[in-house]
Amino acid sequence: MIKLNNVSKVYPRSGPALKDVSLHLEKGEFAFLTGHSGAGKSTILRLIQMAERPTSGEVLVSGYSSTRIKAREIPLLRRKLGVIFQDFRLLRDRTVEENVAFALEVTGAKRSAISPRVGRLLAHVGLAPKARALPDELSGGERQRVAVARALVNNPLVLLADEPTGNLDEAATYGIFELFQEINAMGMSVLMATHDMSLLRAYPHYRVIEMAQGSVTNDSAAQLEEHRG
Amino acid sequence: MPHSLRETIAAFRRAPLLVMLSAMAIGLSLFVAGLFGLTAHNLQRALVRIEERVEVVAYLKDSVAQSDVEAARARLRALPEVAAVQYVSKDDALAAAMRDLPDFQDVFRDLDSNPLPASLEVRLRPGFRTSAGVEAVAQRLRAYAFVDDVRFGREWVDKIVSIRRIIAAGVSIIGGAFAAVAAIVIATAVRIAVSARREEISIMRLVGATAGFIQRPFLLEGLITGLLGGGIAAGLTYAAYRIIDQSLYRLEWLPSWWMVAGIAVGAAFGFLSSAVAVRRHLRAV
Ligand SMILES: Nc1ncnc2c1ncn2[C@@H]1O[C@H](COP(=O)(O)OP(=O)(O)O)[C@@H](O)[C@H]1O
Ligand SMILES: [Mg+2]
Repeated sequence: MIKLNNVSKVYPRSGPALKDVSLHLEKGEFAFLTGHSGAGKSTILRLIQMAERPTSGEVLVSGYSSTRIKAREIPLLRRKLGVIFQDFRLLRDRTVEENVAFALEVTGAKRSAISPRVGRLLAHVGLAPKARALPDELSGGERQRVAVARALVNNPLVLLADEPTGNLDEAATYGIFELFQEINAMGMSVLMATHDMSLLRAYPHYRVIEMAQGSVTNDSAAQLEEHRG
Repeated sequence: MPHSLRETIAAFRRAPLLVMLSAMAIGLSLFVAGLFGLTAHNLQRALVRIEERVEVVAYLKDSVAQSDVEAARARLRALPEVAAVQYVSKDDALAAAMRDLPDFQDVFRDLDSNPLPASLEVRLRPGFRTSAGVEAVAQRLRAYAFVDDVRFGREWVDKIVSIRRIIAAGVSIIGGAFAAVAAIVIATAVRIAVSARREEISIMRLVGATAGFIQRPFLLEGLITGLLGGGIAAGLTYAAYRIIDQSLYRLEWLPSWWMVAGIAVGAAFGFLSSAVAVRRHLRAV
């Protein structure tokens, strides 16, 4: 579903960000992407969204290849990805429901289909009562739930989360994480970049891809396969 | 396109001054073109009237025999270039001179003999009122022994053509300068609009809006700004026409399709300027 084959990324000014990274995320799989700040986690997530192209190697996402994808196909790929950030990225001048509806509107969805779908998703993330609130009137955890609802609105194959709990307190962190687990249980893949070690320790049975200085230093899925092999 | 339209209206609300400034800049550059159109159109009409009077005048020697003149008139009239040939005798010429120059009546009356020559005035058919046509007829006239001198108004027909060229050059420069200013103002408006919507645009991209969808509100804004500019130009040109027509010089108003074309040019200009600017600025978001 998502595959990186010997991917390297060199930024013109800051130098190499990824060095020969290969990894594979299957449909329905859940994986943590971890490592210190600057290790290359965000770069991997941006490569998957095709917001960046690898300097060498190939990124494959749901049948699209970074070496062949055309500019006009990228929006179609993005509709199959739900993306969440540490800083929520909500539009402050729009209500909760408008923020979620926005993602549907701009992909040309029918008006009649938007409102019931937004209502369902807000109920799913537990924010139905705050549909008319503005982002500034919500707590951090609530804002991130809005972002999750928005990420899910186009029914993506995978949820990409870049430090989604970085700005949240512990209670909100676990709340969001449980939401991810639910989403994953419905069959959606989740790739979550985080350096929250307590979270990793709390859920030790999930796959962890560890990165340092642009390389994958440890991948619990690969270890598992070696054990089996 | 409900989304683009909503966004465009929002953009007008956000920065009405900037939109008006863009529209004014387009309006002024088209106004210059409109003034030129007005001048050229009326000059063209004047030129046609002058051309109707384009004639070749042959001054005759005093010694000429009336029968030779009649024979020449008949032969000239048969030429394809010639519409009419009028004989003006020495007496007719003197009478006309006294009528046209009343201040000199006494001078003319005191003369012992009439100094003015008789002449043949040859008027040309419409298709031959050109330098070449005039020259051909003049050549014919010069061939007659009794023709002393041939005059025709080519010089100042040429002068009008060159005046029109000078005006066109001036308008190209001034209009071009205004158009450049208009393009810069539009680019600035687009830059401000893009940066005001920076976050929105990056989220649109994130959730998979197409480039066309993202650009459409900006292009629509450019188009509407251009239409406004075209309307402003039409209004200013009409005002200038009324003022000149009532105070200085009788003018004829422009054909209405020129107005339509001018407004269409404004709209196209607004659209294209936005398209160029939006491509450049969106790349930086
Ligand atoms: N847009 C960019 N331009 C230049 N360098 C970048 C850019 N994004 C990231 N980098 C560099 O790439 C490296 C990896 O960054 P990043 O992927 O953001 O790491 P992480 O998300 O693990 O903290 C860092 O050295 C960072 O400075
Ligand atoms: Mg990061």
